[in-house]
Amino acid sequence: MERLRFATVGSVDDGKSTLIGRLLYDSKSIFEDQLEHIEAVSKRRGDDYVDLSLLTDGLRAEREQGITIDVAYRYFATPKRSFIIADCPGHIQYTRNMITGASNVDLAIVLIDARTGVIEQTRRHSLLVSLLGVPHLVICVNKMDLVGYDQEVFSNIRAEFEEFASRLDLQDVTFLPISALAGDNCVTRSTNMPWFEGPTLLHHLENVYTASDDNRIDTRFPVQFVIRPQRADFPDYRGYAGRVAGGVFRVGDEVMVLPSGLTSTITGIDSPIGPVVEATPGQAVTVLLADDLSITRGDMICRPNNRPRVSQELEAMLCWMDDTAPLQPGKIYSIKHTTKVARTKINEVLYRLNISTLSRETGVNQLTMNEIGRVTLHTTAPLLFDDYHQNRTTGCFIIVDEETGQTAGAGMLLSPRT
Amino acid sequence: MKTSLDGLIDESVTIIREVAAEFERPVLLFSGGKDSVVMLHLAVRAFAPARIPFPVMHIDTGHNFSEVIEFRDRCVAEMGVQLIVGSVQASIDSGKVADVSGPRASRNPLQTVTLLDSIAEHRFDAVFGGARRDEERARAKERVYSHRDSFGQWDPKNQRPELWGIYNGRHRQGEHFRIFPLSNWTELDIWTFIGEYNIDLPSIYYAHTRPIFRRDNMLMAVTDFLPPDEGSVVEQMEVRFRTVGDATCTAAVESSASTVADIIAETAVARVTERGATRADDRMSEAGMEDRKRTGYF
Repeated sequence: MERLRFATVGSVDDGKSTLIGRLLYDSKSIFEDQLEHIEAVSKRRGDDYVDLSLLTDGLRAEREQGITIDVAYRYFATPKRSFIIADCPGHIQYTRNMITGASNVDLAIVLIDARTGVIEQTRRHSLLVSLLGVPHLVICVNKMDLVGYDQEVFSNIRAEFEEFASRLDLQDVTFLPISALAGDNCVTRSTNMPWFEGPTLLHHLENVYTASDDNRIDTRFPVQFVIRPQRADFPDYRGYAGRVAGGVFRVGDEVMVLPSGLTSTITGIDSPIGPVVEATPGQAVTVLLADDLSITRGDMICRPNNRPRVSQELEAMLCWMDDTAPLQPGKIYSIKHTTKVARTKINEVLYRLNISTLSRETGVNQLTMNEIGRVTLHTTAPLLFDDYHQNRTTGCFIIVDEETGQTAGAGMLLSPRT
Repeated sequence: MKTSLDGLIDESVTIIREVAAEFERPVLLFSGGKDSVVMLHLAVRAFAPARIPFPVMHIDTGHNFSEVIEFRDRCVAEMGVQLIVGSVQASIDSGKVADVSGPRASRNPLQTVTLLDSIAEHRFDAVFGGARRDEERARAKERVYSHRDSFGQWDPKNQRPELWGIYNGRHRQGEHFRIFPLSNWTELDIWTFIGEYNIDLPSIYYAHTRPIFRRDNMLMAVTDFLPPDEGSVVEQMEVRFRTVGDATCTAAVESSASTVADIIAETAVARVTERGATRADDRMSEAGMEDRKRTGYF
């Protein structure tokens, strides 16, 4: 049984919490004590209906203000798949939290209110999904019950979205007409929209094909930890532990270690559940080599004929996340990329991306909280990296403020503009 | 063969290794409860064949089920790890906290003081906890690397963004991180792991018969620390524990599940969350867990 991680993006007004509540409720994943609790709270607050957002809005401040501030994680399972939901806030002031929740998901759900169609928020959310390289997007046109289950409304919204999305880098987009409140096409097929021949949302989530999403071509293994047992029964064991970031490693493969460029052969692969003959993306393993090389944390094992790029001069899309200080070109920050930590300075903000209109604003020299821009930067040590769109794991980094320790920025490495 | 747990195991092992690589003095909280047992087993697997490069610590209220303490000591001896015990009784004896009294008294909240003192005493900078996000709604919001200031406090409104699989453990002297490698595991995943890898647990997780009295619709076990409430009826009942904590605030559930398979079958159709069913401490207020976490609780 596989596990699917997906993000839901939107605000309460879109019916996002209702949709999650519907998925959890109809798949029997809400527990009685949770339901009793939110029923009691809704009643005490004088709500007309049971507010399902109380399930996910776990912090006192969120319940008091009736908004989602931070990402909440929810879990449910059907006989076909297990699911991890990253429930993300939709408001523009919580862009950094949305990016946090959507950074490592397989699929994102963006909700559109059938009455309003594609709005600024839809464009913003879709752009972020595109920037983050989320492999699958589901556009749920919600509240179809309020537009008479009209096929034309759905078709028009779809056309409007597709026109806008042609400027984005979205690989797989699915459109579904639903009503989260009434339950149409969420878990069971709607009898109100016989014109729609596609799947229900849950059916789509259970069946969306994700096995080809990983990069299984470009072999990348960032060394995380060197295992050398100080034990008489393992006098010569020296293993390189880490998580496969790309490609497939097999016992017997000739490999190259970067940055040294030395080569060796894999003699064994240990995993948490015992020895294995191959390791695929996402697996946490320990690699054993034929030769005694000097390898430390931050090095990368790859194949001699398929190496990452190596550079101290980089270009990236950077989302600024620090609410206490803007990005300052020239200031020294700490940068963490795979298992490597170095220091960095931003040279220049090439442009700031207006995330509502997609326009590129030049002539800016800083980024404030929630702003995204294309930047050039240089680092104290070379990074071993790939273009983010080739490999999310070796293409991403975070910037840390050395004084406060805050995660100040999140970046996606790109090929320099030509 | 690939199972649904593979991705979770890979994620947890990666987190544990990352902490060992980046922090100077990690420690793993080990109570003998099922989540901490699974976490300890994952740590063993993360560094095998080398030994775990950090000690384990138990914050002992002195009011634990004897079966669990026996299990804790046996487990630690078998795995060859160093056990540190932070004693709530010692905190009381030294006058740092006052013992609680009265009919509903529980030392559970006192653990925070002992925990923070033990962290300071040993200068731990990373503290592994077995908490899961599916347990409770405040925990559903918490990061894997959760920052604590020099007072041990969690600030839920000012959490660091945690993106991709990159974790930021930068901290000042005197601050520390709580690390939750099991964040994405559910109760069912824990039991599936216990079943698949034949993990030993304290006996009270399985059905057994013991004296029980009822309090607020919960089944409380009669122990040396918890005499039956006045006027309550003590019955011999077949029960098991879904969570194992301080004996004064952890309730049992009626069950005849005596094997992992029985428990998995029971968990799959459970209609009440494990903490909702069995933890008096979470019932105190709507934000009980959030408030305790803010001041440094597990």
